[in-house]
Amino acid sequence: MSIQVKNIHKQFGDFTALDDISLDFPSGELVALLGPSGCGKTTLLRIIAGLEQADAGQVLLDGEDASSTHVRERQVGFVFQHYALFKHMTVFDNVAFGMRMKPRGQRPSEAKIRDKVHELLKLVQLDWLADRFPSQLSGGQRQRIALARALAVEPRVLLLDEPFGALDAKVRKELRRWLRKLHDELHITSIFVTHDQEEALEVADRVVLMDHGKVEQIGTPEEVYRHPATPFVYGFLGSVNLFHGRVDGESVRVGDDTLAHQTSDLAHGAEVVAFARPHELDIDTDPASTAGIAARINRILAFGVTARVELDGINGSTGQHFEVEITRQRVLDLGLTDGQDVRLVPSRLKVFEKDGATG
Amino acid sequence: MSTVKSFRVLPGFNLTLGYTLGYLSLLILIPLSAVFLKTAELGWDEFVAVVTAPQVVATYKLSFGASLLAAAINAVFGLMLAWALVRYSFPGKKIVDALVDLPFALPTAVAGIALTALYAKNGWLGQYLEPLGIKVAFTPLGVLVALVFIGLPFVVRTVQPILEDLDTELEEAAASLGAQRWQTFRHVILPILLPALLTGFALAFARAVGEYGSVIFIAGNLPYVSEITPLMIITKLEQYDYRGATAIASVMLLFSFALLLIINGLQAWTAKRTGRDR
Repeated sequence: MSIQVKNIHKQFGDFTALDDISLDFPSGELVALLGPSGCGKTTLLRIIAGLEQADAGQVLLDGEDASSTHVRERQVGFVFQHYALFKHMTVFDNVAFGMRMKPRGQRPSEAKIRDKVHELLKLVQLDWLADRFPSQLSGGQRQRIALARALAVEPRVLLLDEPFGALDAKVRKELRRWLRKLHDELHITSIFVTHDQEEALEVADRVVLMDHGKVEQIGTPEEVYRHPATPFVYGFLGSVNLFHGRVDGESVRVGDDTLAHQTSDLAHGAEVVAFARPHELDIDTDPASTAGIAARINRILAFGVTARVELDGINGSTGQHFEVEITRQRVLDLGLTDGQDVRLVPSRLKVFEKDGATG
Repeated sequence: MSTVKSFRVLPGFNLTLGYTLGYLSLLILIPLSAVFLKTAELGWDEFVAVVTAPQVVATYKLSFGASLLAAAINAVFGLMLAWALVRYSFPGKKIVDALVDLPFALPTAVAGIALTALYAKNGWLGQYLEPLGIKVAFTPLGVLVALVFIGLPFVVRTVQPILEDLDTELEEAAASLGAQRWQTFRHVILPILLPALLTGFALAFARAVGEYGSVIFIAGNLPYVSEITPLMIITKLEQYDYRGATAIASVMLLFSFALLLIINGLQAWTAKRTGRDR
């Protein structure tokens, strides 16, 4: 089932949580709402679920306006960050809850409920825990039970609010992969909220990036990572190196140094911020070279296949830190040592006009 | 001597256990055993005669019946009051919160006199109730009103902290699974509150059984109609019938003890059934 939100606005006192948000979630996709805490992503999810009311705007479920329907009529499965399992019920009773609460006419027989619960528990691979209480389960198990409970009422959409937020790193990774697999089996339209970019990029079909109550970019993980539309998106998805400078024809001048830059739809002399990811920078050890940014090697961390080189800017970009990722072999070939003066040459550079959005 | 010694985070287990037992003995067990010792001075036949006298039996019925009913009323309305205090904010909430404890602080005689004045034939409320055929002062109903009054804080104060800890996410989860409001209350909230509610009920009941001061003013103390058991005991004492007084007291003690034991058992059972005891 498709979900659309139109011109959603939500205000908490003086704080604008959502500012005129319009989004389309096509049927059967797994979409991530990604952004830093306080960006409004959870509020948006809760408005879609009906747990919160928007001040203005509409939520359309399957093309029908659902803005005025109560959460219990919207048929959405909601999974909470802290599971919200009923502690006084066994796992079985938790999963059966939704079916047992149906009006008498629509309620399945106990035998049917039992079959369905076991089917769902098998789906989340926890059939053997049916008689336990939530307090006896691990965090990862609890979240899978919460998911089974949400699926028991055959929801039209599945909404997950930071589903892995309370879990430790290893379980998180496992569950992430598992959720993706589950979605591929069920094909139920799902939206999950996260502040973890890795999680969003790894699991989702599409990523919606939000900041300060506004949508910054929508796209596949590949698109948003490779072609960030705004400085915020660039900075949020992975580590970056920033260069503050001024457009000068075919290049960007950073202090006394210059960075080559092809596309110049930017006016001459415009203040810009140039971004490059650590793996998009190379190191030039030739002392006679004038291309790139002068920097001094501070530390070389070479224990994996890729080595990380940390540098401090000198000339013009003094006080700034840079990070470069190159192969270990390249570090050895160049004979890099701590304290050495080198130049940083980007293989790819993304330039944004400075508007105060990003430092 | 064993070489393995277990260490506890907080020391002094033996000390606290000894202190607890000593304290309990001094304050509860010794005075209460005195009751039974004094009672034993009566012979068995005489004891039975005293405690089963029709006038005394009538007081048992009133005391325990009214106390159970009052505790039940307090359980329902105390829960509502606690709910309102925790979930809603309204002007004067802090004042209402403080008012709840007033029945604890007020001398019981003052409460009794105030209630009597209020519900008497010419009182503020009594004058409107009387034409409707509802007599409160000097009837068993008056006893009930006094017992509800003094037992009010117990349920509110035992349920309140549990309600404060209760995550609204649980209600949201129930609603998203299609539960109606009543179902959410019945299947999600009530089971969580039940142990605390039972504790409050037991406390309110225990307090009501032992209450004397506020009741005697409003009850009117008509034999067979509105006499409570504690009054019976006082009456015997005033007649220097110490053995008779302790006999009735011991029956009352045993009965109260049995009821409290049952309520505690019920509470343990609900806690276990809902998985909190594992």
